[in-house]
Amino acid sequence: MDALLHEYFPILIFLGIAVAISVIAVAASWIVASQHPDREKDSPYECGFEAFGDARGKFDVRFYLVSILFIIFDLEVAFLFPWAVSLGKIGLFGFWSMMLFLGVLTIGFIYEWRKGALEWE
Amino acid sequence: MIIQGLVFYLFAALAIAGGVLVISAKNPVHSVLWLIVVFFNAAGLFLLQGAEFLAMVLVVVYVGAVAVLFLFVVMMLDINFVQLRQGFLHYLPSGALVGIVLLVELAVVLVGWAVSGEAPKSLAAPAPELAKMTNTEALGHILYTQYLYLFQASGVVLLIAMIGSILLTLRHRPGTRHQNISRQVDRHPKDTLEIRKVPSGGGI
Repeated sequence: MDALLHEYFPILIFLGIAVAISVIAVAASWIVASQHPDREKDSPYECGFEAFGDARGKFDVRFYLVSILFIIFDLEVAFLFPWAVSLGKIGLFGFWSMMLFLGVLTIGFIYEWRKGALEWE
Repeated sequence: MIIQGLVFYLFAALAIAGGVLVISAKNPVHSVLWLIVVFFNAAGLFLLQGAEFLAMVLVVVYVGAVAVLFLFVVMMLDINFVQLRQGFLHYLPSGALVGIVLLVELAVVLVGWAVSGEAPKSLAAPAPELAKMTNTEALGHILYTQYLYLFQASGVVLLIAMIGSILLTLRHRPGTRHQNISRQVDRHPKDTLEIRKVPSGGGI
């Protein structure tokens, strides 16, 4: 337990450094930079976009489909890691158990391929 | 040891603060960003318990994929949130009811754990020692054999999620132009190109 946490101690230090650097970067630009916004500065230049406005617009629902398909295969890969580590011990039964799992997901993969869910029109 | 305790309280406090900010942030996009903070701190707590694999999966799956999905959903909803908030008091009783039901469920689980005779047995047979076997190995040894049915059920759940999301969201737009690469490569200059001699002053 202690050995494991010792291994992760450098990551904790890096985490602290990352937080410190990001706070410093934002705070320094807030303090040092002179900010005098006025109407003309904030207005779009020629035919540019509005500088401030509602960020919410209608997305294509297709983005959602891509991201949920990504999550599913992400989870599938997450299941592969412990399997690969302990394949030597769980033997043939464990091997075929994973093959069945992958087979079920391959059915879904063929379905989405045939349906054209992976194509971007 | 003392560092471990301090880090635990740091992660726990940040997780709770993040959780409070998730539900109190005005902007739903900020809520999702605070949710990512909560996920990171929960991963840190898992790591402190020695559950290395769960911590990494939490970062990879939840921060990497689920939070992105939430962001898409939040940004896809073209809703006026000021208007949405006007009904806050109106919906407060039903929201509080759901919260109380969840709290009671948690209490039942906790009391059941404290009262039941199973708990000491489970405590007596903990996960294998970390010195002997890593967390990932320990999971792999039982997940695919002892818990075969649950493992296969999770595969079926993923399949259903895949098919369901395709059925719900896949719409083919008629009249879009596709690039057909094999047709492009098949095209021969002879079929499309014609060289003509143009006599001066004649025209074609």
